Amino acid sequence: MQHDPLFILLADDDEDDRLFFKEAFDEIKMKTKVHTVNDGVELMKYLNSKDVVLPHILFLDLNMPLKSGLECLKEIRETKALKDLSVAIYSTSGSEEDIEKTFVKGANVYIKKPNDFSTLKRVLSEVISINWQYHTSGLNKENFLLSI
Amino acid sequence: MNVICKKMLNDQLSKMNMNYELLSVNEIKIREELSTQQIKELNSTLKEYGIEVIENQKNALVQKTKDTIVDMVYNEDNLPAVKISSYLADKLNHSYGYIANLFSEVTYTSIENFIILQKIERAKHMITNSDLTLTEISHKLNYSSVSHLSNQFKKTTGLSPSVFQKIIVKRRNSAANS
Repeated sequence: MQHDPLFILLADDDEDDRLFFKEAFDEIKMKTKVHTVNDGVELMKYLNSKDVVLPHILFLDLNMPLKSGLECLKEIRETKALKDLSVAIYSTSGSEEDIEKTFVKGANVYIKKPNDFSTLKRVLSEVISINWQYHTSGLNKENFLLSI
Repeated sequence: MNVICKKMLNDQLSKMNMNYELLSVNEIKIREELSTQQIKELNSTLKEYGIEVIENQKNALVQKTKDTIVDMVYNEDNLPAVKISSYLADKLNHSYGYIANLFSEVTYTSIENFIILQKIERAKHMITNSDLTLTEISHKLNYSSVSHLSNQFKKTTGLSPSVFQKIIVKRRNSAANS
């Protein structure tokens, strides 16, 4: 059965990380289209542009120069047109305090960045599959929290 | 509600001169081939009423599978006495193998995972919107024990039920204060 590809937006200032993510998405079963931006300022400019096509999910690096992931998340949740956007934050920190803080600020998914490629693939595939269920099965987005 | 919905469907479909039959509130059989233009028109007309058209039969079967599962999870009196696989096969009139394969193909998840997801969603709702204890919730959702529910909750969301509850409460408070 044919699906339109899932539209994924990725914001990360690290070129290697962007490449890893893109390769991981290329190798997972679901058909995806990945668009990348290089920092928080560029991200917000993209999301607020006129006639923007919103992604099914945004993957957002926590540590970026100019505008951090948390600042972007705050702006996204304060913008009416963007407040239902699924946001997956990823970070090298796995501390419970950081995870909780990020969720309270409105993230849907918290990813502790894995060190190896096959785990990254498994994690991303699980995240977009669950996001898809929220997207297609009328589940309550308020309760969409996933820490992985 | 059903009456209004049927009346609206009858009005709109006759307006479009369609040869149709209402099978139930969410199922219409159209006895002719529709042109692309007609399908577009049908989609946009019904969209105004918040109705989404699921055109092909495979998608319709997947939707029915989902509806049956949701109904099962949300009405504890409806919990079937037989195994879920035979219950679904019987209710949907196809072999379980066929239903399960089609389901994974269309939804990117398995029936088993979808059932767990729905149960955990209902648990989340009760955790944040009722005074029920976790033990009471585990009974309502037919878990053998409260620790079984806790484990499945943690496995599905990555969070324990209590941390989940804490986060939602904090979020609501900060929304109320801003």
